[in-house]
Amino acid sequence: MPLPTDTDVSTPKHLRDKYAIVGVGETPYTRGSGMTTRALGTWAVRNAVLDAGLTAADVDGMLSYQSGDSTFAPFIAGDLGMRLNFYMDVFGGGSSTEALMGMAMGVIEAGLCRTVVIFRAMNGYSQVRIGGTGARSAAPVSGDTLHSRAYGWQSAGQMFSFTFMRHMYDYGTTPAQVAAVRATHSAHASNNPKAYYKQRVTVEDVLASRIICKPLHLLDCCVETDNATAIIVTSAERAKDLRHPRALIRAVAGRVCKPRADMHYQAGPISTVAGRYAREILWPNAGVGPQDVDVTGSYDAFTFTTMLQLEDYGFCKKGEGGGYVSDGTIRLGGRRPNNTSGGHLCEGYTHGMNMVIENVRQLRHDVDDSCPVGPDGRRRHTYDYSEGGCRQVKSCEVTANLGWANPGTGSAMVMRRD
Amino acid sequence: MSLRVDDLDNENVAYFKHCAEHSFHLQQCGDCKLRRYPPTTACPWCMSREAGWVPVEGKGAVHSYTEVHHAIQPAFREYTPYLILLVDLDTQKGEPTADEALRVVGNLVTPDGKLAPPELVRTVGIGTRVRMVFSDVSPGLSLPQWTIDESAAQPDKPWRYPQE
Repeated sequence: MPLPTDTDVSTPKHLRDKYAIVGVGETPYTRGSGMTTRALGTWAVRNAVLDAGLTAADVDGMLSYQSGDSTFAPFIAGDLGMRLNFYMDVFGGGSSTEALMGMAMGVIEAGLCRTVVIFRAMNGYSQVRIGGTGARSAAPVSGDTLHSRAYGWQSAGQMFSFTFMRHMYDYGTTPAQVAAVRATHSAHASNNPKAYYKQRVTVEDVLASRIICKPLHLLDCCVETDNATAIIVTSAERAKDLRHPRALIRAVAGRVCKPRADMHYQAGPISTVAGRYAREILWPNAGVGPQDVDVTGSYDAFTFTTMLQLEDYGFCKKGEGGGYVSDGTIRLGGRRPNNTSGGHLCEGYTHGMNMVIENVRQLRHDVDDSCPVGPDGRRRHTYDYSEGGCRQVKSCEVTANLGWANPGTGSAMVMRRD
Repeated sequence: MSLRVDDLDNENVAYFKHCAEHSFHLQQCGDCKLRRYPPTTACPWCMSREAGWVPVEGKGAVHSYTEVHHAIQPAFREYTPYLILLVDLDTQKGEPTADEALRVVGNLVTPDGKLAPPELVRTVGIGTRVRMVFSDVSPGLSLPQWTIDESAAQPDKPWRYPQE
């Protein structure tokens, strides 16, 4: 069996710029939504439809993913009076958003439907927590989990820590460099009224917070919240008639990168993750490279997952991720800001989707909801990114979203402004 | 924490049958001869269905680790901080590529199979030489675990997370 590096990574280029994201929607990021995941999903999908300027009759496809919670597409379609021509609910994790973008493009390309909405709904704080606390921690341990959970190796942080620890060993990466990701994202979130955590924290704050599992401190971990998000995909042609500037999809990639998608085996060093392999499809498909990207959206379940993705997708050399995330490059006002909404670390956790929504808004040039209001009552873009300032990135033309599920699977998407 | 091996999970039934006898066996592919862990029905290197069980020496070096201070599993709470180790076995290290190894998970335990106390946890890092011991966790079920290999030459200073 060939390893991923040996497989044919040439992909058809005719899908480049053929599809666009035309609507995005979400519910507030809370802890204690007070409603079901079905209700959350319904409101997020409705908000996305309205954002696009569409009606229920225009949406004929729905995709979603979950792992143990959420709701199903037919329920939400029924609640909103949608008659779907295609739907699919899959089991999935953090790399599902970008992978389902590819699926949405595929079903439209195949003629199964014309406009597809992708949603993720989760009471990720008050009900099923990804970290495995509550009911999940008491579930019987059998099968593959006898080689992980039986050893107290269960939460995402515990699972991924081996990779982080080995990266420090291999490359001399320091905890302070990685903590800079949280400090940076918290500064971004302070300009985001939607963010659950708006308070700015420093590198010292991160390092002084209690250890959860070495090398992860409490503030290295993302904020679990209750919320739903939704994204609408249609053809670039059809998108011309809609409300917003088109966020054109340059490329998507979804790749399994090891002989086994678990934490034990690797094709390559364990401090290298799936982005290293997904990028072999992503960049040639997109026709642009990391140097062309204005804004990145990493899957920041933890500070170090951001560092690893940025490194393995080629935004810096392997082993230099610690420097890249701490030298100011990823800050608002820096060369290539990352997670301008605050991401999972500060805005909220919707399993990969909220960073895509943020990048769509960056491409529309309308991330103005926190800009100062002038005497005429209108928002003023300041670009000084100080507390209470804007977070719109100047001349944002190309964005990249980097998904993460485990070190063995990676999905990513590149978009550009029309 | 309830541990069980399902009847139809033939590969794990066979694996833990050896473990119950405090004997470490891994599957070896009938075609390409590479061994693998954890147990599965197919060879991840050549897709072969054929595999047999072979004894493997439980010795190796720590490839990476995490030190858990906030336990998720209630059964581990009284033992924090505890170590989870990813150990490169000496057997088949560097195969089939230079980056590969048989990497076997386990906790750091005392020689008699009890989760290591904090003073022992603080001494182990990447590079520490370890040997396998078995912890009997319930009737008929034993887990392979790792303890410091007293007979091996240890690195001068195993690599530990810098912020202690």
